[in-house]
Amino acid sequence: MTARRRIHWRAHTVLLVTLIVMIYPLVWLVGASFKPENQIFTTVSPLPLEPTLANYFSGWTATGTSFSVYLANSVTVSLCVVVGNLISCSLAAYAFARLDFAFRRVWFGLMLGTLMLPFQATLIPQYTIFYRLNWINTFLPLVVPYFLAYDAFFIFLMVQFIRGIPRELDEAAALDGAGHVRVFGTIILPLLRPALITTGVLTFIWTFNDFLRQLVYLSDNTRYTVPLGLNSFIDKASGSSYGGMLAMSVVTLVPTVAVFLISQRRLVDGVANTGIK
Amino acid sequence: MSENTVAAPAVAAAPPTPPRPVRVNKRKRHKHNLAGYGFIAPWLLGVFGFTLIPMVYSLYLSLTRFNLLTAPQWTGLDNYVTLLSDPRYLQAVKVTLIYVVTSVPLKLALALLVAVALNRGLAALGFYRSVFYLPSLLGASVAVSVMWRQIFSQQGLLNEFLGWFGIHGADWIGDPRYAMWTLVLLSGWQFGTPMLIFLAGLKQLPQDLYEAAALDGAGRIRVFFTITLPLLSPMVFFNLVLETINAFQTFTPAFVVSAGTGGPIDSTLLYTLYLYLKGFGSLQMGYASAMAWVLFLVIGAFTAVYFWSARRWVNYAE
Repeated sequence: MTARRRIHWRAHTVLLVTLIVMIYPLVWLVGASFKPENQIFTTVSPLPLEPTLANYFSGWTATGTSFSVYLANSVTVSLCVVVGNLISCSLAAYAFARLDFAFRRVWFGLMLGTLMLPFQATLIPQYTIFYRLNWINTFLPLVVPYFLAYDAFFIFLMVQFIRGIPRELDEAAALDGAGHVRVFGTIILPLLRPALITTGVLTFIWTFNDFLRQLVYLSDNTRYTVPLGLNSFIDKASGSSYGGMLAMSVVTLVPTVAVFLISQRRLVDGVANTGIK
Repeated sequence: MSENTVAAPAVAAAPPTPPRPVRVNKRKRHKHNLAGYGFIAPWLLGVFGFTLIPMVYSLYLSLTRFNLLTAPQWTGLDNYVTLLSDPRYLQAVKVTLIYVVTSVPLKLALALLVAVALNRGLAALGFYRSVFYLPSLLGASVAVSVMWRQIFSQQGLLNEFLGWFGIHGADWIGDPRYAMWTLVLLSGWQFGTPMLIFLAGLKQLPQDLYEAAALDGAGRIRVFFTITLPLLSPMVFFNLVLETINAFQTFTPAFVVSAGTGGPIDSTLLYTLYLYLKGFGSLQMGYASAMAWVLFLVIGAFTAVYFWSARRWVNYAE
């Protein structure tokens, strides 16, 4: 018993030290954002000795467009993508997991194949398509694909989840005369909730943090999302205003961390059980 | 959604027919054609519109000179030939390969170590899991890359810390010898996702094997290599495939840390960054398409080799 407890203490110590080293940069970032400009690099301590909000005030509007605009844009895009993913992926997942139709295996294989496709491989043709449609500098290229189940990862996740739901449930409903739409809406969707939550949270966070797509498709300051806003801040400030840059970095992390904290137990379980990125 | 009916095929639902003993009626075999295609209609539209057709179009573009504004000019294999003699391209390939073969093992090793440490029935497991996972979620964000740049810059946090011990640290970001390793380190920092997957796998290992090993007096390291690791090989395989694909596509940290240049002297010019610079910086869309196709084939080749080698080292239960 004592031997066992000693091992645990050792494990705890090792883990805690690792954890502190890992989290330290984030803590330092938050602390530094509240330090006066001239103290940011002279102290390793994350605690600001003379805390100030100056960096937040100077950073918020430094790019010419307010960070409020970037935040609103990011939230709009992210929420649209979440809705699109939830609808289109759950529909496809239900069909793949439960319905028997011609060429299902072929389509399912194709869906799995797209999981391995690097998104850069389609970046340029997609760009030219959206360019022809005159969609550049709108949110449409960032949102529309997700209403067509572009992110196959979540289809796969939901298929796996639906396979774990007892078939007797929907077969009973079908015997009672429910059609596929009703079985899907009243039986499968409610039971799918954990997978839907995982999908929604991850979609939000990934979309919010996505950079390359937004960099490619959005060119107008007022359409910029948070990552682009932060990036243009770096360009503009080019080393002159570290404080503002760090403060705005913290601002861009806040929504992600907030969503994570609210959902963490379920999200972490969901990721562990489905093995997703 | 109303589009559902659009892509539904002309095959009507089969009328009830008496069972035939010799040949199963084809229509009967697939009971839910109409519903099935209705439900996958959005995905079908998407996979053709945003994946398959663009892939073919991209292949065509890779055989042209194309600047987006004027019509593509057919050049045959020119782009591919040019790739081979483009020193910046070859540098990008080199940097990316080094990045992949160092960052992926580092990340998986850390993930496995922490997962094994966490799998001792510790109290506060949930807390550890969450906090270790957090960097994986934040990792791709611009803010984290900004933070990384501040840590490893000349007057950054790391050198400040090293100063306590009288060590004069290098300019980690500005020195081409070190810049790439800060990116590898950043990737290692995000071991949370594979860790969660390892942890889920460890939970399912049969305990009787461990009891037998304990009776035989096997040490902990021996147990790890002869029992845990082989049993966990499907998880190792899964993580290896996933993280390799991800590593090949890394973009944001290289872009932010080098301020969009891939510098110093192209030491952080990851493949995707060079693709972006060619395609969207200098509007050489045909050239960038050729790069994208090579990337696609290389990732395919890596995956194929993994699957081929898996027969030798991945143990599936049953």
